[in-house]
Amino acid sequence: MFRRERSIPLRGSAAALCNNLSVLQLPVRNLTHFGVVHGPSAQLLSAAPEGVPLAQRQLQAKEGAGVSPPLITQVHWCVLPFRVLLVLTSHRGIQMYESDGSVMVYWHALDAGDASLVQAVFARGIAASGHFICVAKGPNIVLSEELAGHQTPVTDIATEPAQGQDCVADVVTADDSGLLCVWRSGPKFKLLTRIPGFGVPCPSVQLWQGTIAAGYGNGQVRLYEASTGTLHVQIDAHARAICALDLAPEVGKLLSAAEDTFVHIWKLSRSPEGGYIEVEHCHGECVPDTQVCGARFCDPSGSSFAVTGYDLAEILRFSSILSPVQQRKGRPNWPTCYKQRRIQSPTAHRSSPLPTRSCCQHTVSHW
Amino acid sequence: MLRAAWRALSSIRTQAVTQAPVLGLPGGGCAKLLSVQRDLPSRPGGLILRAARGYATQKPVQPSHEDDPLPSMLLKDYQDIPGIEKVDDVVKKILSLEMANQKEKLKIKKEQLMKKVVENPKDTGSLEARILNDIISTMFNRKFMEELFKPQELYSKKALRTVYDRLAHASIMRLNQASMDKDVLLVTFNHLDAIKGFIQDSPTILHQVDETFQQLTETYGGLSAGEFQLIRQTLLIFFQDLHIRVSIFLKDKVQNSSGRFVLPVSGPLPWGTKVPGLIRTFNHKGEEVRKAEFKHGGSYVAAPKEGSFELYGDRVLKLGTNMYSVNRPVETHMSGASENLAAQTQESIAPNPLAKEELNLLARLIGGMEIKKPSGPEPGFRLNLFTTDEEEEQAALTRPEELSYEVINIQATQDQQTNEELARIMGEFEILDQPRRSASKGDDLLAMMDEL
Repeated sequence: MFRRERSIPLRGSAAALCNNLSVLQLPVRNLTHFGVVHGPSAQLLSAAPEGVPLAQRQLQAKEGAGVSPPLITQVHWCVLPFRVLLVLTSHRGIQMYESDGSVMVYWHALDAGDASLVQAVFARGIAASGHFICVAKGPNIVLSEELAGHQTPVTDIATEPAQGQDCVADVVTADDSGLLCVWRSGPKFKLLTRIPGFGVPCPSVQLWQGTIAAGYGNGQVRLYEASTGTLHVQIDAHARAICALDLAPEVGKLLSAAEDTFVHIWKLSRSPEGGYIEVEHCHGECVPDTQVCGARFCDPSGSSFAVTGYDLAEILRFSSILSPVQQRKGRPNWPTCYKQRRIQSPTAHRSSPLPTRSCCQHTVSHW
Repeated sequence: MLRAAWRALSSIRTQAVTQAPVLGLPGGGCAKLLSVQRDLPSRPGGLILRAARGYATQKPVQPSHEDDPLPSMLLKDYQDIPGIEKVDDVVKKILSLEMANQKEKLKIKKEQLMKKVVENPKDTGSLEARILNDIISTMFNRKFMEELFKPQELYSKKALRTVYDRLAHASIMRLNQASMDKDVLLVTFNHLDAIKGFIQDSPTILHQVDETFQQLTETYGGLSAGEFQLIRQTLLIFFQDLHIRVSIFLKDKVQNSSGRFVLPVSGPLPWGTKVPGLIRTFNHKGEEVRKAEFKHGGSYVAAPKEGSFELYGDRVLKLGTNMYSVNRPVETHMSGASENLAAQTQESIAPNPLAKEELNLLARLIGGMEIKKPSGPEPGFRLNLFTTDEEEEQAALTRPEELSYEVINIQATQDQQTNEELARIMGEFEILDQPRRSASKGDDLLAMMDEL
């Protein structure tokens, strides 16, 4: 399955926020950038493939008006067609930097004046879509235009490169009440459909091939059809609130992490008949005594992922055990056999019953 | 805002509240938060002085010398050792209060006073119960609560720490485990229930607590799940990077020795969360097409029912209940015969390595001297230490003094070499007649050794 690799030490521990890990792969330079929020500062570090940390940098939230130091809510790399930007959202505003965090290129201060003292004002939720960077500010999304669609603060935004058709949904926004809004990007964004949440917050959402994967505060992962909004799959995945979801778009793998110390990997596929979305459980990993707050795949093929936990001053890395032939090809065409392999690690490792699958599924079909 | 709260608080007449410094410090801390300028020297000092004056005028305490312990009484630490009476006169003299410093005398006196206080647990008129009542009535004072409930930013660590230092149950563990929105509120209600249990006899204080309860329900009952998540995340930011080990948590195995909390992968789920393991697939019409199961690695049980948010009700949740209500028996057992040659010390919960080394030395010395005696072999001796745990910043101290017992079992060893040296030392003791002024008894011994 997956084995634990060397952890990358952080200068400060991770805060208990949702989606508190961002990964940027730079295959050209063989580097991986990691971004973690620690209270009023964000830590960026770049690491070589084996996990050897190379460079670290800390970015502070810009002070605006207010008494206490501002807290950062999210850090995320936005890959645009022509450049990569690092976006930081905090209680004071939105800061954008060059991809290595060296130069701040944009600063948007949140207007604390129009919000009454009763409510907290903050920005949270970052995604890149085509030529736009979407950042949510409280209940509204701030771009070149303001999109009003949510009544409660937005938690996460997911985007997908447009498939080439006209009316395909490619931006999804989720908020604290569990409402999902599906948009179509373009010079003017258009709201396509809404999916109600019944009061359970949705801290994380992903979009893949027209399917929305949303993780909820009651531990469920739900898959919807983006264009119509119908529920297709409901997974009782975790025992506590889900805090991070990530997708490996090449193979359709979904990673879900929750505060119950578990990280699960699912395989999404479309059934040949009917085109339904199907989900199978691939792997479950227990990170003992750690309240996981961020998890991301480290590469688009989903062969390795990284996890951060609350108050944990390191990034935990896991990589899958595949045969060398499969690794070379990058995209396995035959069933990948996962072996159960336990590696002695210095920290106390709870032995959880891992699913042993002899043959996962048929060949990965082309979309 | 908090200045106003502080003013409201300080205008209350407090009777014999021993936690007078607590009243003083929050004001200082709060003032620090509100004002732009960083230094406010006069403010905290003035408040402390006022509170202290109030305390002083109510109950003048003069140090009385009537019940001073006798100088021939042994040091507190050695009183319980079996066979201590049969020990040589010289040793008795060393270990007596005659040669000890003021601190030792105070220790014994304190112990005697504590015995008086602890004697009758049902006695609600006793000093202990009164102090508890006073603390609770101060904390739940209406005006203070009103100010507290106004929405405001997170306090700085220092300000909040002084408030929570003696009055709050440890919250980290609860925050870690409480996940669903209303869990945090249920935990708070559990706290209030426990406090109500303490003050059953006083209706006015009960009324105050009930009012707080209502305010809690008003303010937080209407919040959405997402807002609770935000509150919880903000609180966790406050507790981040604090790895303070609390002895009661370590004993209960909810905290391991690195300071990290243990998150169990089994147990009851919060209300509204289903047991993980099910994958349900639907078709376009919304009908369930398939049901599959997967192994999730934990063993959870669904919650039996929702916790009650009423004034009195079954909260269902166990978090937030009084951890100290479980009796923790003091471990006093004789160590076995000295078959193992190594001196064996059991790890104390909040380890003080210097203290342990001192005790080791002491054990070897005393053990050696005991074996020297011809009156039969003593297998070992046991040493009970009552220490006040000052490192417990987060634990609830609803009693005047934290009575946590730590036992160090020391097994004396047979050591031929030290015997001669000890005989020499004992000879030297006759000459020494001025008492030591050093801080701890370990230093005494070490200093004595150095002089040889």
